[in-house]
Amino acid sequence: MLHTLSLVDLASRLRDRSLSAVELSQHFLDRIDNASKLNAFITVDPEQVRTQAESADQILSTGDSHVLCGIPLAHKDIFCTEGMKTSCGSKMLDNFISPYDATVVKRLANAGMVTLGKTNMDEFAMGSSNETSWYGPVLNPWSEQRVPGGSSGGSAAAVGARLAPIATGTDTGGSIRQPAAFCGLTGLKPSYGRVSRYGMIAFASSLDQAGPIARSCEDAALLLDAMSGHDPLDSTSVNNDPSTASAQLANTISGLRIGLPKQFFEDGIDPEISRAVDVAIETLKSLGATTVEVDLPNSAAGIPCYYVIAPAEASSNLSRFDGVRYGYRCEDPVDLADLYERSRSEGFGAEVKRRIMIGAYALSSGYYDAYYLKAQRIRRLISNDFDTAFEACDVILGPTTPTTAFGLGAKTDDPISMYLNDIFTNTVNLAGLPGLSLPVGFDNAGLPIGMQLIGKFMQESILLNVGHQYQNVTDWHKAIPQEYQA
Amino acid sequence: MRWECVIGLEIHVQLKTKSKIFSGSSTAYGAMPNTQASYVDAALPGVLPVMNREAAIMAVKFGLAVGAEINQTSIFARKNYFYPDLPKGYQISQFEVPIVGAGSIDISVGEKTKTIGITRAHLEEDAGKSLHEDFQGQTGIDLNRAGTPLLEIVSDPDMRSPAEAVAYLRKIHTLVRYLEICDGNMQEGSFRCDANISMRRPGDELGTRAELKNINSFRFVEKAIEFEIERQIEVLEDGGKVVQETRLYDSDKHETRSMRGKEQAHDYRYFPDPDLPPLVIDSDTLADIKKSLPELPEEKTARFICDYQLSHQEASLLTVDKTTAEFFEAVLEKDSSLTAKLVANWIGGELTARLNKESLTITESAVSAESLALLLSRVNDNTISGKIAKDVFNSMWETGDAPDNIIEAKGLKQISDSGAIESIVDEVLARSVTQVDQYKAGQHKVLGFLVGQIMKESRGKANPAQVNQILKQKLES
Repeated sequence: MLHTLSLVDLASRLRDRSLSAVELSQHFLDRIDNASKLNAFITVDPEQVRTQAESADQILSTGDSHVLCGIPLAHKDIFCTEGMKTSCGSKMLDNFISPYDATVVKRLANAGMVTLGKTNMDEFAMGSSNETSWYGPVLNPWSEQRVPGGSSGGSAAAVGARLAPIATGTDTGGSIRQPAAFCGLTGLKPSYGRVSRYGMIAFASSLDQAGPIARSCEDAALLLDAMSGHDPLDSTSVNNDPSTASAQLANTISGLRIGLPKQFFEDGIDPEISRAVDVAIETLKSLGATTVEVDLPNSAAGIPCYYVIAPAEASSNLSRFDGVRYGYRCEDPVDLADLYERSRSEGFGAEVKRRIMIGAYALSSGYYDAYYLKAQRIRRLISNDFDTAFEACDVILGPTTPTTAFGLGAKTDDPISMYLNDIFTNTVNLAGLPGLSLPVGFDNAGLPIGMQLIGKFMQESILLNVGHQYQNVTDWHKAIPQEYQA
Repeated sequence: MRWECVIGLEIHVQLKTKSKIFSGSSTAYGAMPNTQASYVDAALPGVLPVMNREAAIMAVKFGLAVGAEINQTSIFARKNYFYPDLPKGYQISQFEVPIVGAGSIDISVGEKTKTIGITRAHLEEDAGKSLHEDFQGQTGIDLNRAGTPLLEIVSDPDMRSPAEAVAYLRKIHTLVRYLEICDGNMQEGSFRCDANISMRRPGDELGTRAELKNINSFRFVEKAIEFEIERQIEVLEDGGKVVQETRLYDSDKHETRSMRGKEQAHDYRYFPDPDLPPLVIDSDTLADIKKSLPELPEEKTARFICDYQLSHQEASLLTVDKTTAEFFEAVLEKDSSLTAKLVANWIGGELTARLNKESLTITESAVSAESLALLLSRVNDNTISGKIAKDVFNSMWETGDAPDNIIEAKGLKQISDSGAIESIVDEVLARSVTQVDQYKAGQHKVLGFLVGQIMKESRGKANPAQVNQILKQKLES
């Protein structure tokens, strides 16, 4: 049962040569094949997998290899991969073969990891259900009538069904943590600047971060350590050494102060989620943690603030998709305006167009002060709230989402209700802080429940440490959907 | 009633960095299309800009040279618009907080000196180029220029005539070359300007302005503005109104044409670029840049007048660019016995004429400062006359030979032996009886003819001062 082994266990088998990287990757390729109905992947290239695995085996046989050498992973299709289609879930880039690797892709490839394929996602990462993808929705492995969450829905479904031992995702307002919660996984959004954004197709530049979607905090820590660190190609990357979260997992959490924002436990939350989170808090207390109530008074402004800033940046970031140099171009344009208009209206889907329009409006002359500038001021207030709260605690805890995975199509006609799914997650992006979602139980329908831990800037190692200590005494993270256990 | 024109200029100065402002691509001019366009320049999905600090340092140099406030923290902003030669769909520029704030520069027109205010100067990236000629029914895009660093220098609306506008433009042109932040090449587009022009009755509020785009030579600036002034006066005197619009100057037809009106004006939706942190120039860096500033044109002119006793006009001519001034000082350094005036006259005369004829800059001169010093030393010590020196100069230019060798080989040494001169004078006088009689009858202007004959006889080598002296002696004895 190779797909149930942790990364550490896999690494040790690869190192003692009782398992080859080729065998291991083939195991996952077969599982991907058998689970094609989930629609978790956009691109899988078995030949390239084999080439990469063989080269990993070669390095492993020399005995001098990175701990992750030979371990397969899936990349969200937002990361540029040299020589491989990088679609970002959009018809616009369906024909785009990247000539270069994103820094994240390059770092993990240099470590010897094997890329199984590229996972499905909401178009340009805009969505919370993976239903805006041009390649069709992804199904939740826990219930095929449910969404896996988004925008990193393909990565979450893939790891949830154990089609890959681990995957990368990106998170602009909750896009790693919410699908991790919906699929019973551990997902980390690092601090802004912790991981390079170079080669990661931009949605909202001041909010986007890449991180791991994993089965455990231990696995997530290993991937974070390998993908993080300063990148001279990204001017917003923090000039710090790579993270060393793995080395701090065993630390005791006795004396840890957990802040519980009253705004995260108010009405509107599924009572089953509240109950599961309460139980998890008790577990952490039994490990020596204490709790304190904290106040995040501007939380309610998070969604409106986010839905001004993110679309504003997106409207500009997506201007380069104009049909001129690469990507989709309409047929027989009569002139330049026609080329732009039709390439963009035919190449982008409805949600992307909606956000481009919102963003362009918010930035337009006469509205800039009322929308964009005001949103930036609110962003500062939200960030200050966290600073104040962290004077009284080490981590902040709450549910990841107000509900468990919702039904396919349930919110597609109601964008606002879809946006509200990110109510607990997107303030974390606005403040640039690290956020971790980990599984803490199931609801009556058998759907996973996620709990979020928010840390101080650049302290993802503490989040992973707390999560790991919790996972040492609980089994929620080990649960696998019935169909995918074998 | 008279009209007064109000002119403001926006000058785009291409900064002389080796690589582009946000990518590592080369900025060299004239390469094959798209061979100097990286993934960043082509705006592939996922790429990010990284600021070239060198461009910021150059901008600060300019700011300090015009006494401007330097914003030690400035912000890059995105200017959003669609055009095929703008790969990202936005230009990275500076909007609310530019690196260089308000400053000023003095210009002279005729005898008058005037201070022109500089509103601001900001860093931005250049766009690529659309190539319409080579593609039947299609347009090619060359991204080699995309991302080249520009400093856009915005003046206050302080100029009141085309001549003032040209004087200001020249002043900035000289300054940026002194600072070595721009090569000043207008043909290659390294230095170009837009002009904002409006008309009003003296003392009135500012009138509605039209913007003239992309004017690429000093001559065209003057002509384009002149044309635009006449056009606006005509509109106004016919009882019409000037509309706010962008106009293009057509140098072939000598006219300006409307490009787009106010209603077609773009809403650029500026906002701070989230990919670039604020540009910070710390105080140490600022102090270092200040220390590194070269002597500026005005300081140099003043020094030349004072140290070398040159006239303002002579000094200005020599300091119009730094390389000319350096050439001048190099000649004097080689031979300090030379007079500054002689050297100035030669550089402004013979040398400049030859350089212009060959379309060369002074750094490409076939006669080096050292060689010119040697030549002028021979004039100074009376080995040759100034006139002969011009012939020697031409030989030096063509053969690269040293002046002494040429003088020797061609036998050009000046005849200063009074005996030898006397015998030539006697010979000429003997065959010029008519002229001698005329002179004696009081017609002294024939002296010139006689000198000419003597010089001719000596093949130009006779020392002219001696010739004059001996001739007069003989005629009046």
